Amino acid sequence: MEIFGVSLQGLAGQLLIGLINGSFYAVLSLGLAVIFGQLNIINFAHGALYMMGAFLAWIGLTHFGINYWAALLLVPLLIGLLGIVIERALLRWLYQLDHLYGLLLTFGLALIIEGLFRYYFGISGESYEAPEALRGGVDLGFMFLPLYRGWVVVASLVVCLATWFIIERTKLGAYLRAGTENPKLVQALGINVPLMITLTYGFGVALAGFAGVLAAPILQVNPLMGSNLIIVVFAVVVIGGMGSILGSIVTGLGLGLVEALTRVVYPEASAVVIFVIMVIVLLVRPAGLFGREN
Amino acid sequence: MARPADRSQRLRWVGFGLLLVAGIVAPFVAYPTFLMKLLCFALFACAFNLLLGFTGLLSFGHAAFFGGAGYVCGYVVKHWGVTPELGVLAGTAVAALLGFAFGALAIRRSGIYFAMITLALAQMVYFLALQLPFTGGEDGLQGVPRGHLFGLIDLSDNLAMYYFVFALFVAGFALILRTIHSPFGQVLKAIRENEPRTLSLGYDVDRYKLLAFVISAGLAGMAGATKTLVFQLASLTDVHWHTSGEVVLMTLLGGLGTAMGPVVGAGIIVTLQNELADKVGSWVSVIMGIIFIVCVLAFRRGIVGEIRALAKRLGIS
Amino acid sequence: MKQRLIALSVAASLGALPAAPALAQARVSDGVVRIGVLTDLSGTYSDLSGQGSVVATKMAVEDFIAADKPAFKIEVLSADHQNKGDIASNKAREWFEKDGVDMVTDLVTTSTALAVMKIAKEKNRIAIVNGAASTRITNEDCNDVSVHYTYDTYALANGTGRAVVKQGGKSWFFITADYAFGHSLEKDTSDVVKAAGGSVLGSVRHPFPGNDFSSFLLNAQSSGAQVIGLANAGNDTINSIKQAAEFGITPKQTLAGLLMFITDIHSLGLKTAQNMYLTEGFYWDLNEQTRAWSKRFFDRHKRMPTMVQAGQYSSTMHYLKAVKATGSDDTAVVMARMKKTPINDFFATKGQIRDDGRMVHDMYLLQVKKPAESKYPWDYYNVRATIPGNEAFQPLSASRCPLIRK
Repeated sequence: MEIFGVSLQGLAGQLLIGLINGSFYAVLSLGLAVIFGQLNIINFAHGALYMMGAFLAWIGLTHFGINYWAALLLVPLLIGLLGIVIERALLRWLYQLDHLYGLLLTFGLALIIEGLFRYYFGISGESYEAPEALRGGVDLGFMFLPLYRGWVVVASLVVCLATWFIIERTKLGAYLRAGTENPKLVQALGINVPLMITLTYGFGVALAGFAGVLAAPILQVNPLMGSNLIIVVFAVVVIGGMGSILGSIVTGLGLGLVEALTRVVYPEASAVVIFVIMVIVLLVRPAGLFGREN
Repeated sequence: MARPADRSQRLRWVGFGLLLVAGIVAPFVAYPTFLMKLLCFALFACAFNLLLGFTGLLSFGHAAFFGGAGYVCGYVVKHWGVTPELGVLAGTAVAALLGFAFGALAIRRSGIYFAMITLALAQMVYFLALQLPFTGGEDGLQGVPRGHLFGLIDLSDNLAMYYFVFALFVAGFALILRTIHSPFGQVLKAIRENEPRTLSLGYDVDRYKLLAFVISAGLAGMAGATKTLVFQLASLTDVHWHTSGEVVLMTLLGGLGTAMGPVVGAGIIVTLQNELADKVGSWVSVIMGIIFIVCVLAFRRGIVGEIRALAKRLGIS
Repeated sequence: MKQRLIALSVAASLGALPAAPALAQARVSDGVVRIGVLTDLSGTYSDLSGQGSVVATKMAVEDFIAADKPAFKIEVLSADHQNKGDIASNKAREWFEKDGVDMVTDLVTTSTALAVMKIAKEKNRIAIVNGAASTRITNEDCNDVSVHYTYDTYALANGTGRAVVKQGGKSWFFITADYAFGHSLEKDTSDVVKAAGGSVLGSVRHPFPGNDFSSFLLNAQSSGAQVIGLANAGNDTINSIKQAAEFGITPKQTLAGLLMFITDIHSLGLKTAQNMYLTEGFYWDLNEQTRAWSKRFFDRHKRMPTMVQAGQYSSTMHYLKAVKATGSDDTAVVMARMKKTPINDFFATKGQIRDDGRMVHDMYLLQVKKPAESKYPWDYYNVRATIPGNEAFQPLSASRCPLIRK
């Protein structure tokens, strides 16, 4: 049986790959959504921090002998700490101002981080080996699935769903959501809102660091890997509408699949298809698929 | 009350007059090609400022107009053999049309969404520029002749080219000044200050925003088309989102919502890039980033804005 | 300005007369030959050219001064063109108009090379292209002040394509970067493959720059082709190769990199890159001469030279020798001499610059060693074949260069 001139097997393979890429979109756009929800800031530095995550994993392995599994835990923690410093030192001065200043400040941050990594590590990048346990792969019948790619999907889904659960289904999450709606009231209830905001930013960028570690064994780790990706993730965010946490996860995965389908039908367009969808969504639903009109 | 205003008006015109003279003398003092590049970016930043500084809309996709117009101008001059002024006109017109399309989509949302939508739309233009056959992809559109202005004046002479660019800059700058001081410009400022109130006063806010967007895009296109003629090529650099970021930086550094700010900002950034690129390599982007952060945190009025505030405090104007 | 005019008129009046070295000092404008190395000091291609190209140029100048004791001074300037045509053209203009630079060299991307060649023509100075790959440089956009020295896409496609078919890799599938450069690399190679009796089963175009190549690799896999040709460059090629190994595509199918450098292999590691075919114009470990020079280069730059850097040394030396022999830095005089003199050094044997600006020399078909075969640092290649210059490069009869009268 054939669809679009491709065997069903081939199609299944392509869709699976779409899902893998979609996992990255989901983790990254989730981080952006979490930050946006609390701080109303579009974190332009997200791509740079994702790149930094990949580099920290590589540095850890080659210079300190920290293995992949430890890096998966440590690196997001480090990036999260950096995020907390960034929020305390820079971002918090901007909350009274137009939200655009947050975008501009994080854009400046991205330039600095990328420039520094370019200076110290050059441009051609470094290779990071997948951990022993995840090398090789399984033959699924319709394709050869590298174990590592399977792990990427599982790990990102677990992280995404856990985040969703915490924010939508726990008391802590309830405070967070309430803090977004009415910070004064929540503060009056005895909850330290500024601390909550700081931790939220730390957590959001930690997700970027996590995605970076996940990507390190797949992609050449190089200083520009984030800036190429971030624009696509922005489009994902516009399409999803940043209305809900679940929305950003679903949109991320969904667009990964759409991209994969495009690669089957008309590969030349696969880089643009997300932007085309974005325009269509904007025409039909200006607030995005899951967004609320404000 | 009338007298200080008069005086400030007079001061302003004296200032512009001095700048005009400086612009005419400049190529005998400094290297003309560099000056031309500077003027192109200054006009680009002024056009951008019309949108961000005077209407309060942050477009993160202005590179699409700047670079897109460059390709159009380069193409018609090279392949249709039209004269340079018509090439610039074609680039400007296409950029304005593109601005209309972008604007119509983007003004449906405001604030950050607006910025991201323009960014994503500009990214589509980037992909088109990369893939359409006429742009030459990575190689760029090479070997655009400068041609003869009105079919008469040979622009391959740097000095003639400089005055052509300077004239275009002055025209563009004058148009922007005229716009911001017109009733139309007053409405734009009202939108910037308080959109709901402007709306409630009965102004069709969306139409005003769209028109501002189109003018801004058109002038950005004029700057880009001119740059293509100066360097005789149109390249992907000018449609890349880094260029969109750069123009934000120039405007912010010089002073949002001031007439001269973007010119000053463009001057500083272009000079920095020119002087530093060979000496410090990728530190240039670190330096740009630091300037960005300092501007946002401590220096939001920009250079011209700060000077103006200082002057006000000292009671000069 | 005045000095240059005098120099020009003297050179013009002497025309084709054989130059007398005794007069040298008088005819090198202002007594200084200035060489501008315009390269990628910070971007994607800074490893294969960049600072290493500057080092190679300086080595050439020092060696030339030590051996030939010229009567004129030599200055080397360098700048970063950031792989942007407008920056390159700006800098070249400034060098020619303000600083009196006589020759600009390296030029790593096609966009920068084409832009600078046009300005060199306008200002009547010399451009020697080492870094850029496009055949446009000696075809549609050729001119009489430019030399394309080290390699081009035709030679790479031709070398790899033909040789791989000869070794039994008959069926091909291409993964192509979707822009002008990728298209032309794919077209050149598939022409060669077909001419050599192979077949092209298909191709897929990926967005540039790409990130994830797995779905394109799956296409290549299901095509069942023996050889997967990578018509892309830089990071795209590196990521394609990494992911091909990850998906178990190599070693069942063989990869052929159509534009790769030894620094790419260095950064990938032999484990991932092993068995790949590629073509280069130079390999440091070819013979005593190449080893001796490369060792000196290594001592200064801490990396073995790429073909671009070796070509940079060779072309600078060739240029300086022409200036010395003619006693002039006038463009037409030096160009004529450079074209007339064959190049024999560690880089090229019987190398010759043709009228279209193409420097024709032998190329090498290389296969990446298995990790076990590599005995010492930078021991990366097995040389599978030497492709004679007249077979490696596009023949003049097929040239689209307007300077070539047929």
